[in-house]
Amino acid sequence: MSELRLDQVSRWYGNVVAVNGISMTIGPGVTGLLGPNGAGKSTLIHMMGGFLPPSTGTIELDGATIWKNPQIYRHVGLVPERESAYDFLTGRQFVLAMAKLHKLPDPGAAAQRALAMVEMEPAQDREIGKYSKGMKQRVKMASALVHDPPVLLLDEPFNGMDPRQRLQLMDLIRRMAAEGRTVLFSSHILEEVERLATHIEVIVAGRHAASGDFRAIRRLMTDRPHVFLVRSADDRRLAAAIIADGSARSVELSGQGLRVEATDFRRFTWLLPQVARKEGVRLLEVSPADESLESVFSYLVGGAG
Amino acid sequence: MNATIAAITLRAMLGRRRALLLFALPALPILLAVILRMTGDNDLGTSAGVLQSLVLGTLLPLLCLIAGTGVIGPEIDDGQIMYILTKPIPRPVITTTKLVVAFGLAVVFAVIPTLLTGLLLTGTFSGLTAGFTAGALVGAAAYCAIFVALAVISRNAVTIGLIYALVWESLIGNLASGARSASVQQWALSVADAVADTDRITPAVSLPVAVVLLVVVVAGGAFLAGGRLGTLTAATAD
Repeated sequence: MSELRLDQVSRWYGNVVAVNGISMTIGPGVTGLLGPNGAGKSTLIHMMGGFLPPSTGTIELDGATIWKNPQIYRHVGLVPERESAYDFLTGRQFVLAMAKLHKLPDPGAAAQRALAMVEMEPAQDREIGKYSKGMKQRVKMASALVHDPPVLLLDEPFNGMDPRQRLQLMDLIRRMAAEGRTVLFSSHILEEVERLATHIEVIVAGRHAASGDFRAIRRLMTDRPHVFLVRSADDRRLAAAIIADGSARSVELSGQGLRVEATDFRRFTWLLPQVARKEGVRLLEVSPADESLESVFSYLVGGAG
Repeated sequence: MNATIAAITLRAMLGRRRALLLFALPALPILLAVILRMTGDNDLGTSAGVLQSLVLGTLLPLLCLIAGTGVIGPEIDDGQIMYILTKPIPRPVITTTKLVVAFGLAVVFAVIPTLLTGLLLTGTFSGLTAGFTAGALVGAAAYCAIFVALAVISRNAVTIGLIYALVWESLIGNLASGARSASVQQWALSVADAVADTDRITPAVSLPVAVVLLVVVVAGGAFLAGGRLGTLTAATAD
Protein backbone atom coordinates (compact mmCIF):
# COMPACT_ATOMS: atom_id res chain seq x y z
CA MET A 1 0.00 0.00 0.00
CA SER A 2 1.56 3.23 -1.11
CA GLU A 3 0.57 6.82 -0.65
CA LEU A 4 1.47 9.92 -2.62
CA ARG A 5 1.29 13.02 -0.53
CA LEU A 6 1.30 16.54 -1.95
CA ASP A 7 1.65 19.41 0.44
CA GLN A 8 1.06 22.99 -0.72
CA VAL A 9 2.58 22.25 -4.10
CA SER A 10 2.97 25.12 -6.53
CA ARG A 11 4.75 25.31 -9.82
CA TRP A 12 5.29 28.35 -11.96
CA TYR A 13 7.06 29.06 -15.22
CA GLY A 14 8.32 32.63 -15.13
CA ASN A 15 5.25 34.66 -14.31
CA VAL A 16 2.80 31.93 -15.24
CA VAL A 17 1.44 29.85 -12.39
CA ALA A 18 0.64 26.35 -13.63
CA VAL A 19 -0.12 24.72 -10.29
CA ASN A 20 -1.18 26.76 -7.30
CA GLY A 21 -0.96 25.52 -3.71
CA ILE A 22 -2.32 22.00 -4.15
CA SER A 23 -2.47 19.60 -1.23
CA MET A 24 -3.83 16.10 -1.66
CA THR A 25 -3.18 12.53 -0.64
CA ILE A 26 -3.54 9.75 -3.15
CA GLY A 27 -3.96 6.27 -1.75
CA PRO A 28 -4.78 2.79 -3.07
CA GLY A 29 -7.58 2.51 -5.61
CA VAL A 30 -8.25 4.53 -8.74
CA THR A 31 -8.00 8.28 -8.44
CA GLY A 32 -9.05 10.42 -11.37
CA LEU A 33 -7.36 13.76 -11.91
CA LEU A 34 -10.02 15.75 -13.71
CA GLY A 35 -9.70 19.15 -15.27
CA PRO A 36 -9.98 21.00 -18.56
CA ASN A 37 -7.04 21.14 -20.94
CA GLY A 38 -4.37 23.49 -19.65
CA ALA A 39 -5.52 23.17 -16.03
CA GLY A 40 -2.14 21.92 -14.85
CA LYS A 41 -2.85 18.18 -14.78
CA SER A 42 0.23 17.25 -16.76
CA THR A 43 2.41 19.59 -14.71
CA LEU A 44 1.08 17.90 -11.60
CA ILE A 45 1.68 14.38 -12.96
CA HIS A 46 5.16 15.35 -14.11
CA MET A 47 5.93 16.55 -10.61
CA MET A 48 4.54 13.32 -9.12
CA GLY A 49 6.64 11.37 -11.61
CA GLY A 50 9.84 13.22 -10.77
CA PHE A 51 10.19 15.11 -14.04
CA LEU A 52 9.69 18.55 -12.62
CA PRO A 53 10.57 20.03 -9.26
CA PRO A 54 7.78 21.85 -7.45
CA SER A 55 8.54 25.58 -7.15
CA THR A 56 7.32 25.38 -3.56
CA GLY A 57 5.79 22.65 -1.44
CA THR A 58 6.66 18.97 -1.19
CA ILE A 59 5.67 15.78 -2.97
CA GLU A 60 6.47 12.53 -1.23
CA LEU A 61 5.90 8.88 -1.91
CA ASP A 62 5.60 7.03 1.38
CA GLY A 63 7.77 9.69 2.98
CA ALA A 64 10.47 9.77 0.28
CA THR A 65 11.06 12.89 -1.81
CA ILE A 66 10.43 12.34 -5.50
CA TRP A 67 12.52 15.00 -7.22
CA LYS A 68 16.07 13.88 -8.08
CA ASN A 69 15.52 10.51 -6.51
CA PRO A 70 15.64 7.81 -9.22
CA GLN A 71 15.22 5.13 -6.55
CA ILE A 72 11.50 5.94 -6.32
CA TYR A 73 11.05 4.35 -9.75
CA ARG A 74 11.30 0.97 -8.05
CA HIS A 75 7.85 1.78 -6.70
CA VAL A 76 6.36 3.90 -9.48
CA GLY A 77 5.25 3.02 -12.98
CA LEU A 78 4.68 5.99 -15.24
CA VAL A 79 2.80 5.98 -18.54
CA PRO A 80 3.59 9.24 -20.33
CA GLU A 81 1.04 10.93 -22.54
CA ARG A 82 3.30 11.12 -25.55
CA GLU A 83 2.79 8.29 -27.89
CA SER A 84 6.30 7.62 -29.07
CA ALA A 85 8.04 4.60 -27.63
CA TYR A 86 11.02 3.00 -29.32
CA ASP A 87 9.16 2.30 -32.55
CA PHE A 88 11.89 0.12 -34.00
CA LEU A 89 11.65 -2.41 -31.17
CA THR A 90 9.02 -5.12 -31.00
CA GLY A 91 6.63 -5.02 -28.07
CA ARG A 92 8.50 -7.83 -26.39
CA GLN A 93 11.96 -6.32 -26.96
CA PHE A 94 10.72 -3.03 -25.53
CA VAL A 95 9.18 -4.48 -22.37
CA LEU A 96 12.16 -6.80 -21.92
CA ALA A 97 14.54 -3.83 -22.19
CA MET A 98 12.52 -2.00 -19.53
CA ALA A 99 12.72 -5.09 -17.28
CA LYS A 100 16.48 -5.19 -17.75
CA LEU A 101 16.78 -1.48 -16.97
CA HIS A 102 15.01 -2.21 -13.69
CA LYS A 103 17.63 -4.91 -13.08
CA LEU A 104 14.92 -7.45 -12.29
CA PRO A 105 16.18 -10.90 -11.31
CA ASP A 106 14.36 -12.61 -14.20
CA PRO A 107 13.65 -9.93 -16.83
CA GLY A 108 12.33 -12.41 -19.40
CA ALA A 109 9.66 -13.78 -17.09
CA ALA A 110 8.75 -10.30 -15.85
CA ALA A 111 8.33 -9.06 -19.42
CA GLN A 112 6.10 -12.02 -20.32
CA ARG A 113 4.00 -11.50 -17.21
CA ALA A 114 3.54 -7.79 -17.99
CA LEU A 115 2.66 -8.49 -21.62
CA ALA A 116 0.14 -11.11 -20.53
CA MET A 117 -1.39 -8.65 -18.09
CA VAL A 118 -2.21 -6.22 -20.90
CA GLU A 119 -3.09 -9.05 -23.30
CA MET A 120 -0.42 -8.09 -25.76
CA GLU A 121 1.16 -11.52 -26.17
CA PRO A 122 -0.33 -12.16 -29.61
CA ALA A 123 1.25 -8.97 -30.98
CA GLN A 124 4.45 -9.01 -28.96
CA ASP A 125 6.72 -9.81 -31.89
CA ARG A 126 5.54 -6.94 -34.07
CA GLU A 127 7.30 -3.60 -34.13
CA ILE A 128 5.77 -0.93 -31.89
CA GLY A 129 5.75 1.46 -34.84
CA LYS A 130 3.17 -0.78 -36.50
CA TYR A 131 0.82 -0.93 -33.49
CA SER A 132 -2.53 0.82 -33.27
CA LYS A 133 -2.97 3.59 -30.71
CA GLY A 134 -4.65 1.25 -28.25
CA MET A 135 -1.92 -1.36 -28.61
CA LYS A 136 0.77 1.26 -28.10
CA GLN A 137 -0.99 2.40 -24.95
CA ARG A 138 -1.16 -1.18 -23.68
CA VAL A 139 2.48 -1.90 -24.41
CA LYS A 140 3.37 1.33 -22.60
CA MET A 141 1.27 0.05 -19.69
CA ALA A 142 3.17 -3.24 -19.79
CA SER A 143 6.47 -1.36 -19.67
CA ALA A 144 5.24 0.57 -16.63
CA LEU A 145 4.00 -2.61 -14.92
CA VAL A 146 7.00 -4.80 -15.60
CA HIS A 147 8.50 -4.28 -12.13
CA ASP A 148 5.12 -4.72 -10.42
CA PRO A 149 5.03 -1.20 -8.93
CA PRO A 150 2.58 -0.30 -6.16
CA VAL A 151 1.99 3.12 -7.76
CA LEU A 152 0.88 3.72 -11.33
CA LEU A 153 0.66 7.18 -12.88
CA LEU A 154 -1.11 7.57 -16.22
CA ASP A 155 -1.18 10.84 -18.13
CA GLU A 156 -4.32 11.09 -20.31
CA PRO A 157 -4.34 7.34 -21.03
CA PHE A 158 -7.56 7.39 -23.04
CA ASN A 159 -6.58 10.10 -25.49
CA GLY A 160 -7.23 9.05 -29.05
CA MET A 161 -8.59 5.62 -28.18
CA ASP A 162 -11.65 4.12 -29.76
CA PRO A 163 -14.51 2.99 -27.47
CA ARG A 164 -13.46 -0.66 -27.44
CA GLN A 165 -9.85 0.14 -26.55
CA ARG A 166 -11.17 2.50 -23.90
CA LEU A 167 -13.21 -0.26 -22.26
CA GLN A 168 -10.28 -2.66 -22.33
CA LEU A 169 -8.02 -0.12 -20.68
CA MET A 170 -10.66 0.69 -18.06
CA ASP A 171 -10.87 -3.00 -17.23
CA LEU A 172 -7.13 -3.20 -16.92
CA ILE A 173 -6.93 -0.14 -14.67
CA ARG A 174 -9.70 -1.54 -12.46
CA ARG A 175 -7.79 -4.81 -12.13
CA MET A 176 -4.62 -2.93 -11.18
CA ALA A 177 -6.51 -1.12 -8.45
CA ALA A 178 -8.19 -4.32 -7.25
CA GLU A 179 -4.71 -5.74 -6.65
CA GLY A 180 -4.14 -2.98 -4.12
CA ARG A 181 -2.22 -0.55 -6.29
CA THR A 182 -2.42 3.21 -6.11
CA VAL A 183 -3.51 4.26 -9.59
CA LEU A 184 -3.78 7.88 -10.68
CA PHE A 185 -4.90 8.91 -14.15
CA SER A 186 -5.62 12.30 -15.65
CA SER A 187 -8.46 13.14 -17.99
CA HIS A 188 -10.45 16.11 -19.17
CA ILE A 189 -13.55 14.02 -19.76
CA LEU A 190 -15.95 13.77 -16.83
CA GLU A 191 -17.61 10.55 -18.04
CA GLU A 192 -14.29 8.68 -18.18
CA VAL A 193 -13.37 9.73 -14.70
CA GLU A 194 -16.84 9.02 -13.37
CA ARG A 195 -16.89 5.50 -14.76
CA LEU A 196 -13.49 4.53 -13.51
CA ALA A 197 -12.35 6.51 -10.52
CA THR A 198 -13.50 5.82 -6.99
CA HIS A 199 -11.97 9.09 -5.96
CA ILE A 200 -11.82 12.29 -8.00
CA GLU A 201 -9.59 15.32 -7.68
CA VAL A 202 -10.66 18.28 -9.78
CA ILE A 203 -8.04 20.77 -10.95
CA VAL A 204 -9.04 24.02 -12.59
CA ALA A 205 -6.63 26.77 -13.61
CA GLY A 206 -3.91 25.25 -11.48
CA ARG A 207 -6.04 25.14 -8.37
CA HIS A 208 -7.58 22.28 -6.46
CA ALA A 209 -11.26 22.87 -7.13
CA ALA A 210 -12.92 19.83 -5.62
CA SER A 211 -12.20 16.45 -4.15
CA GLY A 212 -14.34 13.45 -3.33
CA ASP A 213 -16.12 10.46 -4.83
CA PHE A 214 -17.92 10.83 -8.12
CA ARG A 215 -21.32 11.39 -6.50
CA ALA A 216 -20.02 14.38 -4.60
CA ILE A 217 -18.43 15.79 -7.74
CA ARG A 218 -21.55 15.10 -9.79
CA ARG A 219 -23.67 16.88 -7.23
CA LEU A 220 -21.33 19.87 -7.27
CA MET A 221 -21.66 19.94 -11.00
CA THR A 222 -25.44 19.70 -11.15
CA ASP A 223 -26.34 21.82 -8.12
CA ARG A 224 -25.56 25.05 -9.81
CA PRO A 225 -27.48 27.53 -11.91
CA HIS A 226 -28.05 26.01 -15.34
CA VAL A 227 -28.83 28.05 -18.40
CA PHE A 228 -31.24 26.55 -20.92
CA LEU A 229 -32.33 27.77 -24.30
CA VAL A 230 -36.02 27.06 -24.80
CA ARG A 231 -38.03 27.51 -27.99
CA SER A 232 -41.74 26.98 -27.89
CA ALA A 233 -44.96 27.77 -29.73
CA ASP A 234 -45.61 30.70 -27.38
CA ASP A 235 -42.44 31.91 -25.69
CA ARG A 236 -44.10 34.86 -23.94
CA ARG A 237 -46.73 32.75 -22.27
CA LEU A 238 -44.26 30.05 -21.27
CA ALA A 239 -41.94 32.69 -19.78
CA ALA A 240 -44.71 33.96 -17.56
CA ALA A 241 -45.51 30.44 -16.37
CA ILE A 242 -41.86 29.63 -15.63
CA ILE A 243 -41.46 32.80 -13.61
CA ALA A 244 -44.63 32.02 -11.70
CA ASP A 245 -43.42 28.52 -10.88
CA GLY A 246 -40.27 29.73 -9.14
CA SER A 247 -37.79 27.09 -10.35
CA ALA A 248 -35.97 29.66 -12.46
CA ARG A 249 -33.96 32.62 -11.34
CA SER A 250 -34.43 34.62 -14.52
CA VAL A 251 -36.07 34.32 -17.89
CA GLU A 252 -34.96 36.36 -20.82
CA LEU A 253 -36.98 36.77 -23.97
CA SER A 254 -35.05 37.08 -27.20
CA GLY A 255 -35.49 36.57 -30.92
CA GLN A 256 -34.17 33.03 -30.73
CA GLY A 257 -36.42 32.01 -27.84
CA LEU A 258 -36.14 31.99 -24.07
CA ARG A 259 -32.95 32.03 -22.06
CA VAL A 260 -33.83 30.49 -18.71
CA GLU A 261 -31.48 30.41 -15.75
CA ALA A 262 -32.69 27.55 -13.60
CA THR A 263 -31.77 27.41 -9.93
CA ASP A 264 -32.32 23.70 -9.56
CA PHE A 265 -31.31 21.48 -12.48
CA ARG A 266 -33.44 18.46 -11.54
CA ARG A 267 -36.51 20.41 -10.54
CA PHE A 268 -36.43 22.55 -13.65
CA THR A 269 -36.02 19.69 -16.12
CA TRP A 270 -38.83 17.86 -14.35
CA LEU A 271 -41.15 20.86 -14.19
CA LEU A 272 -40.72 22.46 -17.59
CA PRO A 273 -42.73 19.85 -19.57
CA GLN A 274 -45.53 19.96 -16.97
CA VAL A 275 -45.73 23.73 -17.01
CA ALA A 276 -45.78 23.70 -20.79
CA ARG A 277 -48.55 21.12 -20.89
CA LYS A 278 -50.63 22.95 -18.34
CA GLU A 279 -50.36 26.17 -20.31
CA GLY A 280 -50.99 24.37 -23.58
CA VAL A 281 -47.68 25.60 -25.05
CA ARG A 282 -45.84 23.25 -27.35
CA LEU A 283 -42.10 22.91 -26.60
CA LEU A 284 -40.00 22.98 -29.75
CA GLU A 285 -36.51 22.85 -28.29
CA VAL A 286 -34.86 22.65 -24.89
CA SER A 287 -31.09 22.75 -24.86
CA PRO A 288 -28.54 23.43 -22.17
CA ALA A 289 -26.57 26.54 -23.08
CA ASP A 290 -23.47 26.17 -20.97
CA GLU A 291 -22.80 22.49 -20.63
CA SER A 292 -19.21 22.74 -21.77
CA LEU A 293 -16.88 21.26 -19.21
CA GLU A 294 -15.05 24.56 -18.98
CA SER A 295 -18.12 26.37 -17.72
CA VAL A 296 -18.83 23.63 -15.21
CA PHE A 297 -15.25 23.88 -14.02
CA SER A 298 -15.25 27.63 -13.82
CA TYR A 299 -18.36 27.43 -11.69
CA LEU A 300 -16.57 25.00 -9.40
CA VAL A 301 -13.59 27.30 -9.08
CA GLY A 302 -15.84 30.21 -8.31
CA GLY A 303 -17.51 28.13 -5.62
CA ALA A 304 -14.25 26.85 -4.22
CA GLY A 305 -12.51 30.22 -4.23
CA MET B 1 27.87 1.76 -18.59
CA ASN B 2 24.55 0.03 -19.18
CA ALA B 3 24.38 -2.61 -21.90
CA THR B 4 20.61 -2.28 -22.46
CA ILE B 5 20.82 1.48 -22.99
CA ALA B 6 23.82 1.02 -25.26
CA ALA B 7 21.99 -1.55 -27.39
CA ILE B 8 18.86 0.61 -27.76
CA THR B 9 20.98 3.67 -28.54
CA LEU B 10 22.97 1.87 -31.19
CA ARG B 11 19.85 0.50 -32.87
CA ALA B 12 18.23 3.93 -32.84
CA MET B 13 21.37 5.54 -34.26
CA LEU B 14 21.86 3.12 -37.12
CA GLY B 15 18.16 2.95 -37.96
CA ARG B 16 17.86 6.68 -38.58
CA ARG B 17 18.26 8.28 -41.97
CA ARG B 18 21.04 10.42 -40.54
CA ALA B 19 23.06 7.21 -40.25
CA LEU B 20 23.62 7.33 -44.00
CA LEU B 21 25.88 10.34 -43.40
CA LEU B 22 27.95 8.20 -41.05
CA PHE B 23 28.68 5.89 -43.94
CA ALA B 24 28.92 8.50 -46.70
CA LEU B 25 31.15 11.14 -45.09
CA PRO B 26 34.14 8.89 -44.29
CA ALA B 27 34.12 7.62 -47.87
CA LEU B 28 35.16 11.08 -49.12
CA PRO B 29 38.75 11.22 -47.77
CA ILE B 30 39.31 7.57 -48.61
CA LEU B 31 38.20 8.23 -52.17
CA LEU B 32 40.40 11.34 -52.35
CA ALA B 33 43.35 9.35 -51.02
CA VAL B 34 42.86 6.71 -53.72
CA ILE B 35 42.77 9.39 -56.41
CA LEU B 36 45.86 11.20 -55.08
CA ARG B 37 47.69 7.94 -54.87
CA MET B 38 46.79 7.02 -58.43
CA THR B 39 47.85 10.41 -59.78
CA GLY B 40 51.02 10.31 -57.71
CA ASP B 41 50.19 13.50 -55.84
CA ASN B 42 50.47 11.85 -52.45
CA ASP B 43 53.60 13.65 -51.28
CA LEU B 44 54.04 14.31 -47.59
CA GLY B 45 52.93 17.94 -47.73
CA THR B 46 49.70 17.23 -49.61
CA SER B 47 48.97 14.20 -47.45
CA ALA B 48 49.44 16.17 -44.23
CA GLY B 49 47.17 18.88 -45.66
CA VAL B 50 44.41 16.42 -46.49
CA LEU B 51 44.63 14.74 -43.10
CA GLN B 52 44.69 18.03 -41.24
CA SER B 53 42.06 20.16 -42.94
CA LEU B 54 39.73 17.60 -44.48
CA VAL B 55 39.90 14.72 -42.02
CA LEU B 56 40.78 16.25 -38.65
CA GLY B 57 39.42 19.72 -39.31
CA THR B 58 36.13 18.97 -41.05
CA LEU B 59 35.03 15.34 -41.07
CA LEU B 60 35.97 14.50 -37.50
CA PRO B 61 33.89 17.30 -35.91
CA LEU B 62 31.00 16.65 -38.30
CA LEU B 63 30.90 12.91 -37.62
CA CYS B 64 31.25 13.48 -33.88
CA LEU B 65 28.43 16.01 -34.10
CA ILE B 66 26.18 13.44 -35.78
CA ALA B 67 27.16 10.73 -33.30
CA GLY B 68 27.28 12.89 -30.16
CA THR B 69 23.96 14.65 -30.61
CA GLY B 70 22.33 11.62 -32.25
CA VAL B 71 22.81 9.28 -29.30
CA ILE B 72 20.61 11.39 -27.03
CA GLY B 73 19.11 14.47 -28.73
CA PRO B 74 16.25 12.84 -30.68
CA GLU B 75 15.38 10.70 -27.66
CA ILE B 76 14.93 13.83 -25.55
CA ASP B 77 12.99 15.62 -28.33
CA ASP B 78 10.62 12.70 -28.90
CA GLY B 79 10.17 11.94 -25.22
CA GLN B 80 11.42 8.33 -25.30
CA ILE B 81 14.07 9.31 -22.75
CA MET B 82 11.19 9.11 -20.25
CA TYR B 83 11.36 5.33 -20.46
CA ILE B 84 15.01 5.35 -19.42
CA LEU B 85 14.65 8.12 -16.87
CA THR B 86 11.83 6.31 -15.05
CA LYS B 87 14.25 3.60 -13.97
CA PRO B 88 16.35 3.43 -10.81
CA ILE B 89 19.55 4.13 -12.75
CA PRO B 90 21.96 6.89 -11.69
CA ARG B 91 21.80 9.63 -14.36
CA PRO B 92 25.57 9.74 -14.92
CA VAL B 93 25.43 6.05 -15.90
CA ILE B 94 22.95 6.96 -18.64
CA THR B 95 25.04 9.82 -20.04
CA THR B 96 28.29 7.90 -19.75
CA THR B 97 26.75 5.06 -21.73
CA LYS B 98 25.56 7.52 -24.38
CA LEU B 99 29.04 9.04 -24.50
CA VAL B 100 30.70 5.64 -24.89
CA VAL B 101 28.33 4.72 -27.74
CA ALA B 102 28.99 8.07 -29.46
CA PHE B 103 32.73 7.58 -29.07
CA GLY B 104 32.48 4.02 -30.41
CA LEU B 105 30.63 5.29 -33.47
CA ALA B 106 33.22 8.05 -33.91
CA VAL B 107 36.01 5.47 -33.78
CA VAL B 108 34.35 3.31 -36.43
CA PHE B 109 33.25 6.13 -38.72
CA ALA B 110 35.97 8.74 -38.19
CA VAL B 111 39.12 7.33 -36.57
CA ILE B 112 39.38 4.15 -38.63
CA PRO B 113 38.74 6.10 -41.86
CA THR B 114 41.53 8.45 -40.75
CA LEU B 115 43.82 5.45 -40.42
CA LEU B 116 42.77 4.14 -43.85
CA THR B 117 43.20 7.54 -45.51
CA GLY B 118 46.63 7.93 -43.95
CA LEU B 119 47.72 4.45 -44.99
CA LEU B 120 46.53 5.02 -48.56
CA LEU B 121 48.34 8.36 -48.77
CA THR B 122 51.65 7.76 -47.04
CA GLY B 123 51.65 4.27 -45.65
CA THR B 124 53.61 4.35 -42.42
CA PHE B 125 56.11 6.96 -43.65
CA SER B 126 57.20 9.48 -40.99
CA GLY B 127 54.53 8.23 -38.64
CA LEU B 128 52.09 10.65 -40.26
CA THR B 129 49.30 8.08 -40.26
CA ALA B 130 49.88 7.03 -36.67
CA GLY B 131 50.02 10.65 -35.59
CA PHE B 132 46.77 11.68 -37.21
CA THR B 133 45.03 8.51 -36.07
CA ALA B 134 46.05 9.25 -32.47
CA GLY B 135 44.97 12.86 -32.94
CA ALA B 136 41.60 11.77 -34.34
CA LEU B 137 41.13 9.38 -31.43
CA VAL B 138 41.61 11.99 -28.70
CA GLY B 139 39.79 14.61 -30.77
CA ALA B 140 36.82 12.25 -31.11
CA ALA B 141 36.67 11.81 -27.34
CA ALA B 142 36.63 15.57 -26.77
CA TYR B 143 34.15 16.34 -29.56
CA CYS B 144 31.78 13.57 -28.43
CA ALA B 145 31.87 14.79 -24.81
CA ILE B 146 31.10 18.33 -25.97
CA PHE B 147 28.28 17.33 -28.31
CA VAL B 148 26.62 14.85 -25.92
CA ALA B 149 26.58 17.53 -23.21
CA LEU B 150 25.28 20.07 -25.72
CA ALA B 151 22.48 17.71 -26.78
CA VAL B 152 21.37 17.30 -23.16
CA ILE B 153 21.49 21.04 -22.50
CA SER B 154 20.00 22.49 -25.67
CA ARG B 155 17.33 21.57 -28.18
CA ASN B 156 19.40 23.41 -30.78
CA ALA B 157 22.46 21.26 -30.22
CA VAL B 158 22.92 20.41 -33.89
CA THR B 159 22.84 24.06 -34.98
CA ILE B 160 25.13 25.22 -32.19
CA GLY B 161 27.43 22.27 -32.85
CA LEU B 162 27.58 23.02 -36.57
CA ILE B 163 28.47 26.64 -35.89
CA TYR B 164 31.15 25.53 -33.46
CA ALA B 165 32.58 22.79 -35.66
CA LEU B 166 32.55 24.70 -38.93
CA VAL B 167 32.67 28.39 -38.13
CA TRP B 168 34.70 28.47 -34.92
CA GLU B 169 37.10 25.64 -35.64
CA SER B 170 37.81 26.40 -39.28
CA LEU B 171 37.53 30.20 -39.46
CA ILE B 172 38.30 31.84 -36.15
CA GLY B 173 40.45 28.93 -35.10
CA ASN B 174 42.68 29.53 -38.10
CA LEU B 175 42.75 33.31 -37.81
CA ALA B 176 43.24 34.57 -34.29
CA SER B 177 46.17 32.96 -32.54
CA GLY B 178 44.70 33.28 -29.06
CA ALA B 179 41.49 31.60 -30.16
CA ARG B 180 43.43 28.75 -31.66
CA SER B 181 44.30 27.31 -28.27
CA ALA B 182 40.58 26.98 -27.51
CA SER B 183 40.14 24.52 -30.33
CA VAL B 184 39.75 20.77 -30.11
CA GLN B 185 41.36 20.52 -33.51
CA GLN B 186 44.55 22.16 -32.23
CA TRP B 187 44.70 19.82 -29.23
CA ALA B 188 44.29 16.85 -31.53
CA LEU B 189 47.01 18.24 -33.80
CA SER B 190 49.26 18.61 -30.78
CA VAL B 191 48.85 14.91 -30.00
CA ALA B 192 49.31 14.04 -33.67
CA ASP B 193 52.52 16.06 -33.72
CA ALA B 194 53.84 14.27 -30.65
CA VAL B 195 53.20 10.83 -32.14
CA ALA B 196 54.31 11.57 -35.71
CA ASP B 197 57.91 12.00 -36.72
CA THR B 198 57.66 14.99 -39.07
CA ASP B 199 57.65 18.78 -38.99
CA ARG B 200 54.62 18.98 -41.26
CA ILE B 201 52.28 19.30 -38.31
CA THR B 202 52.31 22.69 -36.58
CA PRO B 203 49.95 22.76 -33.62
CA ALA B 204 49.15 26.02 -31.84
CA VAL B 205 49.29 24.51 -28.37
CA SER B 206 51.97 22.54 -26.57
CA LEU B 207 51.39 18.89 -25.74
CA PRO B 208 50.97 19.25 -21.95
CA VAL B 209 48.43 22.04 -22.40
CA ALA B 210 46.59 20.01 -25.05
CA VAL B 211 46.45 16.89 -22.87
CA VAL B 212 45.22 18.81 -19.85
CA LEU B 213 42.55 20.59 -21.90
CA LEU B 214 41.45 17.32 -23.54
CA VAL B 215 41.05 15.62 -20.17
CA VAL B 216 39.21 18.63 -18.74
CA VAL B 217 36.81 18.79 -21.69
CA VAL B 218 36.04 15.07 -21.70
CA ALA B 219 35.53 14.93 -17.93
CA GLY B 220 33.66 18.24 -17.88
CA GLY B 221 31.36 17.23 -20.73
CA ALA B 222 30.55 13.89 -19.12
CA PHE B 223 29.96 15.52 -15.74
CA LEU B 224 27.81 18.30 -17.17
CA ALA B 225 25.70 15.89 -19.23
CA GLY B 226 25.08 13.63 -16.22
CA GLY B 227 24.14 16.55 -14.00
CA ARG B 228 21.84 18.16 -16.52
CA LEU B 229 20.07 14.91 -17.34
CA GLY B 230 19.33 14.50 -13.64
CA THR B 231 17.34 17.72 -13.67
CA LEU B 232 15.89 17.33 -17.14
CA THR B 233 12.37 18.63 -16.83
CA ALA B 234 9.49 17.37 -18.86
CA ALA B 235 8.47 19.63 -21.70
CA THR B 236 5.06 20.60 -20.51
CA ALA B 237 2.72 21.19 -23.37
CA ASP B 238 0.08 21.58 -20.71
